Amino acid sequence: MLFYITLLLVCQLAGEVVARMAGLPVPGPVVGMVILFVGLVVKGGVPSELERVGTALLSHLSLLFVPAGVGVMIHLGLIADEWLPISAALIASTLVTIAVTAWVMAALGRRP
Amino acid sequence: MTEDLQSIWVYLAATPLLGLTATLVAYQLAQALWRRLGMNPLANPVLLSILVLAGFLTVTGTEYRTYFDGAQFVHFLLGPATVALAIPLYRQIAALRRSALAVLVALVAGSATAAVSAVGIAWALGASHGTLMSLAPKSVTTPIAMGVAEQIGGLPSLTAVLVILTGITGAVAGTWVLGLIRVRDPQAQGFAIGVASHGIGTARALQLGEVAGAFSGLAMGLNGVATAILVPLLVGWVFRP
Repeated sequence: MLFYITLLLVCQLAGEVVARMAGLPVPGPVVGMVILFVGLVVKGGVPSELERVGTALLSHLSLLFVPAGVGVMIHLGLIADEWLPISAALIASTLVTIAVTAWVMAALGRRP
Repeated sequence: MTEDLQSIWVYLAATPLLGLTATLVAYQLAQALWRRLGMNPLANPVLLSILVLAGFLTVTGTEYRTYFDGAQFVHFLLGPATVALAIPLYRQIAALRRSALAVLVALVAGSATAAVSAVGIAWALGASHGTLMSLAPKSVTTPIAMGVAEQIGGLPSLTAVLVILTGITGAVAGTWVLGLIRVRDPQAQGFAIGVASHGIGTARALQLGEVAGAFSGLAMGLNGVATAILVPLLVGWVFRP
């Protein structure tokens, strides 16, 4: 268990180092995710202990958003000032994205 | 008596214990309420927790920075959790290989549409630069979105809230849009919801069926990577000073 927690942190650390050294415009943990993904492909499976650690972290994924989300209270003024562009962009963009993605995927999927 | 309480409060308010405990308590209360309401997407536990905690801090006059001293222990876990997203992504590798071309084209189209349409609409309606940069990564899972926002000069905490609202929008209205454009293929349905509205949308796609759920999870992981690469490049290209 401790080994796989450490492994996740090592992947994150390696991702951080790679992203900075290569000047990649990608957050370190995302590079860490790619590193772990490649590792799993090479290994050809997910060790059951890693599975347990991953499930424990990801089953409470939404809890981890809360502290940052509470930070909205320092932006209340900004949101109040720009409520129209923000809400219009959120709603319209989300609906258009679903339509475009589904349409492209269905159109390509239909080909033999 | 009240003076005793006052001095206890002054002591507690200055330790990380209070912010951390309040976060865990608020989240579990919100989750219980969400289950009570039949897991209604509008009663999203993250949204409820944020409202409860922001209300609590406002009423007690506690500064966000003081709260975050405690809550940062939870916040830190976002990094390892992002790395752990490689596990569900790996499980979809067979499905990914089978529809690789459709997946790749739909991913790039969807990822670019999400960022460009959000920034374009907000820009046309006069949003500030900080808001635009906070909106750009709104369609991907929070840890990635916040990292991207930080990188391109947005406000990570504003992005966190925009991401959650995007997820709720996709979960509530996604099936309505799919019906409107008459896409019935569950792979395409799930993938579209996952690209546009990450984990909160994926929870909704799982209710549509196993295939839609799996493709939504796949889309959420892939769009996390695609957005982390595409958005900073697009921003550098469009907003180059």
